[in-house]
Amino acid sequence: MGEIIKVGMADLKVCAAPDALTTLGLGSCIGIAIRDPITKIGGLAHIMLPDSTQIKNNTNLYKFADTGIDELIRLLILKGASKQRLVAKIAGGAQMFAFQNKSDLVRVGERNAEACKDKLKQLNIPLLAQDTGLNYGRTVVFFPETGNYVIKAVGKEESVI
Amino acid sequence: MSKFNLNEMSQTYYDVLKEIGNIGAGNATTALAQMLQCKVDMKVPQVKLLSFSEVGILMGGEEQVMAGIYLLVEGDIRGSIMFLLEYHSARNLVAKLMGMQCEGEEFTEMEMSALKEIGNIITGAYLNSLSTLTGLTIYPSVPDLSIDMAGAILSVPAIEFGTLGDKLLLIQTQFTDEIELDGYFILIPDMESYDKILNSLGM
Repeated sequence: MGEIIKVGMADLKVCAAPDALTTLGLGSCIGIAIRDPITKIGGLAHIMLPDSTQIKNNTNLYKFADTGIDELIRLLILKGASKQRLVAKIAGGAQMFAFQNKSDLVRVGERNAEACKDKLKQLNIPLLAQDTGLNYGRTVVFFPETGNYVIKAVGKEESVI
Repeated sequence: MSKFNLNEMSQTYYDVLKEIGNIGAGNATTALAQMLQCKVDMKVPQVKLLSFSEVGILMGGEEQVMAGIYLLVEGDIRGSIMFLLEYHSARNLVAKLMGMQCEGEEFTEMEMSALKEIGNIITGAYLNSLSTLTGLTIYPSVPDLSIDMAGAILSVPAIEFGTLGDKLLLIQTQFTDEIELDGYFILIPDMESYDKILNSLGM
């Protein structure tokens, strides 16, 4: 059994099996898990916002879906993953408060999920599974060994996608 | 262009925000005492500018279950305010307010409604002091409640701050009563509103 490495908010990490990656309490943010099934190298990014080009203060590349995924892939390749083999799973993007749609950050969870999907499509990385939306927080654990993406939520059964 | 920058905040600005936090929390304490009809004390609030990763840790970990009450703010300043309470504190508070012990582990509809009202009164008291101090008009919206992991609840203000920088301005208030109560305020004005607040105070 390997080590479980923690990924914070607006952060990303890569590792090789048997190590695993986790990020705790995803709300409207998205946890993007990408791995190379052959070398069993995987990475997890915890992004907060959909688009770096919409924001002036965008120096933190890990914060946005577009730049975050680019960085994640760059680091995966550096660690020995092959770009052609990469596959992805995503979780998070909840709407924590009902009236959030009134603020100008309209449906940020949903937009985060869409931005991730668009970006992955653009990079030709297959999205194998997703657990996004609804109104509750998620803790995720990603195992590059198997590709299992374990999702835990308060008062709910643990699930694996 | 806003002259205010969260990442380069001067000590004076910091002190002003701290003082607003202080007075706001004071008013909130009075409101809480009136509501519970008992004595409530408050420790000196701490104002902290934290990175996203530090916030979850401060509240006992990202997976700590909390009650978050969130309101939108409109008027002269725009933004939102959030009041967070640790789950068991929230239960104790509701039990005290309703004059009975909460049963089971889940909040009932009625208890959730009471919790929203507590959030409403506490944030109202806080915003009131901000309004009085600055002479700005502030209208809060109806409150909404989420009971979930601290990290998930905090993602909402963090994302709002995230459009501006990589830090979050947090006011931590400890209410002491027969039970100890840790409450956290997060005020999230937009950048123009920061300027307005500071300008109105002659900064």
